Amino acid sequence: MQSQGRGAAVPVTEVAAREAIIQAHHEEWARVVAALARRFGDLDIAEDAAAEAFATAVERWPADGTPPNPGAWLITTASRKAIDRIRRENNREVKQTEAQMLTDHDPRAPVGAIDDDRLRLVFTCCHPALSMEARVALTLRLVAGLTVPEIARSFLVSEAALGQRITRAKAKIKATRIPYRVPSAEDLPARVAGVLAVLFLLFNEGYLATGPESDPVRADLTGEAIRLTRLLRSLMPADGEVTGLLALMLLTEARRSARVSATGELVTLTEQDRGAWDEALVVEGHGLVRERLATGEAPGRYQILAAINAVHTSARNIRDTDWSQVVALYDQLVRIDASPVVALNRAVAVAELDGPEPALAAVDRLEGPLVGYHAYHATRADLLRRLGRSRESRAAYDRAIELAGNSAETAYLTRRRDQLG
Amino acid sequence: MQYLLNVIHNSSILATASEMEAIDVFNDRIQAEGYWVFAGGLGSPSMATVVDNRGGEALVTDGPFVETKEHVIGFWIIEAPDLDVALKLATEGSEACNRKVEVRPFL
Repeated sequence: MQSQGRGAAVPVTEVAAREAIIQAHHEEWARVVAALARRFGDLDIAEDAAAEAFATAVERWPADGTPPNPGAWLITTASRKAIDRIRRENNREVKQTEAQMLTDHDPRAPVGAIDDDRLRLVFTCCHPALSMEARVALTLRLVAGLTVPEIARSFLVSEAALGQRITRAKAKIKATRIPYRVPSAEDLPARVAGVLAVLFLLFNEGYLATGPESDPVRADLTGEAIRLTRLLRSLMPADGEVTGLLALMLLTEARRSARVSATGELVTLTEQDRGAWDEALVVEGHGLVRERLATGEAPGRYQILAAINAVHTSARNIRDTDWSQVVALYDQLVRIDASPVVALNRAVAVAELDGPEPALAAVDRLEGPLVGYHAYHATRADLLRRLGRSRESRAAYDRAIELAGNSAETAYLTRRRDQLG
Repeated sequence: MQYLLNVIHNSSILATASEMEAIDVFNDRIQAEGYWVFAGGLGSPSMATVVDNRGGEALVTDGPFVETKEHVIGFWIIEAPDLDVALKLATEGSEACNRKVEVRPFL
């Protein structure tokens, strides 16, 4: 490895070691935590020992050189640290050995791709008995390997509060004996859906970051969400919804840089510079959507959303968009998810296919459940504007601006309102 | 490991005949499958009496220790290997008695 541009005072081996550690952290962190959790039956011990092993690598690798198998070295080192800690604690309290809480009570050996400790770790961190906030924080800490300060910054909460959230979640896992295992085939679809909900929330928090102080798009969060979803897909390649969610994320992420203007304003799909889309992500996303279509299996929610995004990203120009295909996919989605938000998005596509009038009629029917949702008012505002009903449009923009949490979206809505005649 | 399954109730109306029947079926099953430790129904909060003997002189008061809209009307204590099994039993118990069920581990 070369030390180009990394500062002349640093020896080549040190630079190489530092890069090896960053890479190992990226690739091996979850494996180390998962292996330790399996061996010692305790997430606390696993997390601390993994962190200590990486700290030891930072000390040792520059002097000793990077070990030939960094992952194995880290797991061995972390295991030694864990044994040291258990010995120390056992001296104080003999009962410690009884506190083997994270146990796999299912004696049947798991088979194939599913036999990975990291998958057990993901299912434990995303257990439905934990609050959504706790699941997100645990997954970022234990699976993605983000530090507590990094996660706290991402969610605009104090480090103390975030640390306590993680501590409390680990305590609940231990006290209630949340098992460390891949759920049974019977429970698997529901539990995978729970994991995907965590990853999708993480992605959306990055893509539609909330808070006036927050960047409109948090690439660190969307990046982590994609990385975790890729990991999950590598562990469960046959699960259609896992693949669907990854495709959905890639096709959304592909448009990221075109989505916010230089002045920090949201750019809608209609106005985006399609040349600025990330072609590689589009190609990869389309490949995944085609892979799912080829199976002939009935698609779930994420697969349909991915297919809708594939239609959008297939059009070189907004006028080339196959809106009838988009509406047909939304019809399919409505059949499995009859939520008002899906109906609202369907209405947006209907406006392009059949015009603003029937779309507005459909949107108005959603007032009851969506009256507090900014996108409901933003959609109405746009449809009323297209129908020339400026006064009503202005009122709807006002309401949407009041409710919007994303700074780029607020800027966009404000400009649109101020352009009304 | 043992778990307490609290049955949460929000009125003074007790279980109907068909609910009682479903509860009996559920009880028989968890006894046969070895999960059962104990179960019981409780009198309403208006039947409660609170005793406070922390100060050396017992203070006896009428009523529950805290007034809430929802209260515990009955419970199961089960033996289960982990929370997933306990949640599955709670899911079935909730359906049988037609009420919410809170799951708490014994320490």
